[in-house]
Amino acid sequence: MSTLTTNFLTPTGREEAWRFTPLKRLKGLHDASTSLADHPSLTATQLSAGVTISTQPSVETGPSSTTDDVVVQRVRDTAKSVTVVAIAADAVITEPIILTRSSLGGAAEASRTVIRAGIHSQSTIVIENVGTGLFAEEIEIILEPGSTLRFITLQEWENDAVHLGRHHAIIGKDASFTSVVVTVGGSLVRLCPTVEYAGPGASADMYGLYFAGNGQHLEHRIHVDHNVGYAKSRVNYKGALSGDGARTVWIGDVFIRAAADGTDTYELNRNLLLTDGARADSVPNLEIETGDIVGAGHASTTGRFDDEQLFYLESRGIPEGEAKRLVIRGFFLEILSKIAIEAIEERIMDRIDVELSKVEIA
Amino acid sequence: MSTLEIKNLHVSVTTDEGAKEILRGVDLTIKSGETHAIMGPNGSGKSTLAYSIAGHPKYTVTAGTVTLDGVDVLAMSVDERAKAGLFLAMQYPVEVPGVSVSNFLRTSVTAIRGEAPKVRTWVGEVKAAMTALSMDPAFSERNVNEGFSGGEKKRHEILQMELLKPKIAILDETDSGLDVDALRIVSEGVNRIKESNDLGIMLITHYTRILRYIKPDFVHVFAAGRIVEEGGPELANKLEENGYAEYVTA
Ligand SMILES: Nc1ncnc2c1ncn2[C@@H]1O[C@H](COP(=O)(O)OP(=O)(O)O)[C@@H](O)[C@H]1O
Ligand SMILES: [Mg+2]
Repeated sequence: MSTLTTNFLTPTGREEAWRFTPLKRLKGLHDASTSLADHPSLTATQLSAGVTISTQPSVETGPSSTTDDVVVQRVRDTAKSVTVVAIAADAVITEPIILTRSSLGGAAEASRTVIRAGIHSQSTIVIENVGTGLFAEEIEIILEPGSTLRFITLQEWENDAVHLGRHHAIIGKDASFTSVVVTVGGSLVRLCPTVEYAGPGASADMYGLYFAGNGQHLEHRIHVDHNVGYAKSRVNYKGALSGDGARTVWIGDVFIRAAADGTDTYELNRNLLLTDGARADSVPNLEIETGDIVGAGHASTTGRFDDEQLFYLESRGIPEGEAKRLVIRGFFLEILSKIAIEAIEERIMDRIDVELSKVEIA
Repeated sequence: MSTLEIKNLHVSVTTDEGAKEILRGVDLTIKSGETHAIMGPNGSGKSTLAYSIAGHPKYTVTAGTVTLDGVDVLAMSVDERAKAGLFLAMQYPVEVPGVSVSNFLRTSVTAIRGEAPKVRTWVGEVKAAMTALSMDPAFSERNVNEGFSGGEKKRHEILQMELLKPKIAILDETDSGLDVDALRIVSEGVNRIKESNDLGIMLITHYTRILRYIKPDFVHVFAAGRIVEEGGPELANKLEENGYAEYVTA
C-alpha cells in the first residue's frame, strides 16, 4: 500500500505550470495540506457488450505514465481504488459509452480512472461532469495497437465547481485517438489533455471548445509528446469569452524529440472576445529536436467579431444580436460537430445560448 | 412605386492619416423599374457609394441625405435598411464559417418578411430559385460563401435577391469574375426579378460587357467620388470606345 504520503509540494503560483491559475479560487484543492477524499465517481447507465467497468485496487492498477503535476501526484497517492473501463479486443461498439460523474460531495475529492481500448477495438466514450464539486482527477487512456477511441469529456458543471484534471492518452501503434473537450461550466476548471505515443502510425486529433462567462476561469493545457517517430497530432481548440472577469488560458506544448522522425503536427487555438472585461491567453509552443519531419506548425488568434461577417448578415435583414449569435454558433460548429452525437451537441449549444443571453455582447 | 433619392452625399473613411473623403457630393435618384448603370474607373468610389447606402460601419457620411420613399435611410441600422427594401449584391461576398446557406437564407427571409416561411413551401421556393440560377441544390448545405468560386458567390448573391424581393437593388460589379455562361445566367436572373418585382437597379460596373444583357435606362459616369456625366444607353457605347481617360484628370 502506497499510503504514506511523500512530501507533496503546494504550487505557489510562480511555477510556469501554475502561473496563469488563480490559486486562491481553488478552495485549497491544490494545497498539499488539504486532505483529499478518495471517490471513484464514474457510473455508466447502460453498457454494451464488449465494455466492462470495474473498480480495482490502485496497487494492482498503477499509473502507466509519469507526471510532474503535483496535484495529479496527490490524486495518485490518495486514490485507493481505480475505475477501470475496458473495451474488449476487436470489439466494435457503435453506441457511445456514457459515463456520468455521480454524487460529488462538498469536500475535496480525488478520482483515478483508467480506460483501456483493446487491440483493434472501436468505441466512443463520453464523460459527463454535471452538478458541482471540488474535484481533482486523473484519467489515463491506453490505446492498444490498431484501436480507435473517441474520447469526449463534457464539463457542464454548475458555475461554482472547481475541477483540476489530467487526461493522458498513450496511443499505440496504428491506433487513433480523438478527444473532444468541452468546458462550458465551472468556476475554475484547469484541464491537462496530454498524449504520448507507443508506436508508429499512431494519431491524435484533439479538439476543444470552451465558453467562459462572468468570472469563470477555464484553462486547457495541451501537451503532445512526439516521443516516437511517424506519429501524427492535430490540435484545434476554440473558445469564446463574455462578461466581466471571464478568463481563459490555452497552452499548446508540442515536443518533437530527436527520435521522432516523420512527425506530422499542427495545432490551432482561436478565441473570440465577445465583450470588454474578458481576457484570453493563448500560448502555443513547439520544440523540435529533429529536422526530419513531415510538418510542424501552429497558429493562434484572439479577436473580436469580424465586422465584415456581421455586416454581411445584417445587410440581409438579420438584426445585430441574431447575427452575432449565428457567427458564434458557426465558430463553434467545427468543434461541436466532432462530438457526432446530436443530442449532446444541441445540449451544449443551448447552454452557450443561455450564457449568451446573460450579457450584452459587444 | 419606390424612389431611392441620394442628395449631395459626402462620405469619408478613417485612415492612419485621418479622415479621407471618398464621395464628394453624389446626386442620384432611382425609381422602381429603372436600371441605372454606374460606370467608372477602379478606385473612383463606386463600392463606397454602395456600402454607404447599405450602412457599412467603415464609412462615415459627413454631408448629404439618402431617402427611400422619403424616409431617412441614414438613420436606419443595417438590418433596417434591408427590411425597408434595399439590397446590396456585394463585389466581394463574405465567408461566414459554420453557417449553412440554408440556415442563412431561412434566417434572412424570416427577418425580412417578419415571419418564418412555411416549411412546406419554403424548400420548393429555394429549390426553384436555385434551379433558375443553375445552382446545385447541394449548395444549401455548404457554409455561406466558404470555398465558393467567384461565379458561385455572385449567383448566391442573386439567389438572395430573388428570395428577399427588395424594392431597390445595388449590384456592385456582379459581372466581375464571371465567364460568359455565368454572366448570361446571372443577368437573366436579374432581368427576371426586375420584371416580376418592378425592381429599381443600381448596376455598378467597370466594363460595358454586362450592359449587353441588362439594358440600362440611364448611364452615369463616376470619377473621383462623384457623377461627372450622365446620359442614356448611348453613353455606354462611348465609354466602350474611349474608356475613362477624359474623366480622369491627373
Ligand atoms: N478603409 C479605407 N482606407 C483608406 N482608403 C480607402 C478605404 N476604403 C476605400 N478606400 C479608398 O477609397 C477609394 C474608393 O474605393 P472604392 O469605393 O472601393 O472604389 P471602386 O469601387 O470604384 O473601385 C479608393 O482610392 C480606395 O483606396
Ligand atoms: Mg468596387
